[in-house]
Amino acid sequence: MIRFEDVTKVYARGARPALDRVDLEVERGEFVFLVGASGSGKSTFLRLVLREERPTAGRIFVAGRDLSTLSTWKVPHLRRQIGTVFQDFRLLPTKTVFENVAFALQVIGKPRHHILTTVPDTLELVGLGGKEKRLPHELSGGEQQRVAIARAFVNRPSILLADEPTGNLDPTTSVGIMRLLDRINRTGTTVVMATHDDEIVDQMRKRVIELDSGQLVRDQSRGVYGSDR
Amino acid sequence: MRLQFILAEIGHGLRRNLSMSISVVLVTFVSLTFVGAAGLLQMQIDTMKGEWYDRVQVSIFLCPDFSDVPSCAGGEATPEQIEAIRAELEGEGLAPYVERVYFETKEQAFESFQDLYGDNSTFAAVTVDQMQASFRVALVDPSQYEVVSETFQGRTGVETVEDQRELLEPLILLLNRSSLVAAGLAAVMLLAAVLLITTTIRLSAMSRRRETGIMRLVGASNLFIQLPFMLEGAIAATIGAAMSIAGLWFGVTYLIEDWLAGSIRFVNFIQADAVWTVAPLLVVVAIGLAAISSVVTLSRYTKV
Repeated sequence: MIRFEDVTKVYARGARPALDRVDLEVERGEFVFLVGASGSGKSTFLRLVLREERPTAGRIFVAGRDLSTLSTWKVPHLRRQIGTVFQDFRLLPTKTVFENVAFALQVIGKPRHHILTTVPDTLELVGLGGKEKRLPHELSGGEQQRVAIARAFVNRPSILLADEPTGNLDPTTSVGIMRLLDRINRTGTTVVMATHDDEIVDQMRKRVIELDSGQLVRDQSRGVYGSDR
Repeated sequence: MRLQFILAEIGHGLRRNLSMSISVVLVTFVSLTFVGAAGLLQMQIDTMKGEWYDRVQVSIFLCPDFSDVPSCAGGEATPEQIEAIRAELEGEGLAPYVERVYFETKEQAFESFQDLYGDNSTFAAVTVDQMQASFRVALVDPSQYEVVSETFQGRTGVETVEDQRELLEPLILLLNRSSLVAAGLAAVMLLAAVLLITTTIRLSAMSRRRETGIMRLVGASNLFIQLPFMLEGAIAATIGAAMSIAGLWFGVTYLIEDWLAGSIRFVNFIQADAVWTVAPLLVVVAIGLAAISSVVTLSRYTKV
């Protein structure tokens, strides 16, 4: 689903690479934790998958597309197959829960009847049934993140990228979010989650990819957060 | 859904930056009014040139009764003198210069005088005998006026030779200068309009950065993201164009048709429908302004 072939990313000429000759493959339907200290290259990895950045060297394949030859005008089509969730939720404060999720479909030109059936289904799936008319500031942090996940998942992407989705949440709420991501993963969606949360990683026992200063230092199935434990 | 959504976004954007939108409308209004005025002045110049240059170039006024010009000491021009002049005008010597000759009798001169000033009481007492007969000569090359002038000026029976263009030239020069001034002001105002639209779109894009960020993330196409901004600028500019067209139309109707055309009779003025000739140009310029501003701004603020 995602394949990095010897990928290097250097932001400024002469600077230390943000990613250094990374070679890895994520299969369809996998759940992968991306761990490492701040500045280890996790965010760069996610931005490269989204093609917000282009690699300095190497090739990247996402959902069957070679990103090095993908033309700019096809990038939106790539992103329609990728859902993204962030630590800071990024909801639109003036739109209701329903409108926030519907927005993702409206802007890619989905027909009205499709939106009216899909959005309530997705909100039900993430556990927000009955809260369609609330505004983001009326919700708890965990609920806001569920809205963000609903928005990322409403178009049924084949890949879900999550950049520290539990970073702003308390441990109990985080567990709920992880259950939700696990449920989404069981529908066949590939999930890549960058995180600092060692408890979650240790509990879930999924594949763990560790980056250190841009280099891939560990790739372990059913792994834990720290390799030295 | 798509169209409805885009329209809602545009309405939202225009309302959010209401004062900016209004200033875009006003600046395009003023700048396009100058563009239109320059265009209308050029049309007026063309009308005058076309009509006057075509109609007559040199007039040879023959002596009327009681003229104090020396060459008219013998009184009114005699039929013999008139025939001599005609023979010479149509003869071999002047053939390379003269295109056509037209003789206007006193009666004809009186008629056209009546046409022009018939309802003016100051000239009510004018009679046929006070008019003078004249030869109207169209030249092959209007600048060769001197040839005709030298031949006939001072000849017995000829009161004076006039190059009609000399009457018209200062007026055309004035109009030309005015249209240049209008065009210059238009250029400055257009530049201001482009800068203002650019700023407006930039503000609008920045205030909606959160939305556009999410749009990019969920895979909205570039066009879909940029269209509301472009249309915002285009709509504001088009409203400005519509206002300038209305302004020019009122200007031509009330200033020229109702007032100038009534008091200055010897010039053929453009009509209000000339505005409709300029109108498409103004709309195109307005949309062009908005398009240039959008391209300049959006490539930087909403790129993939």
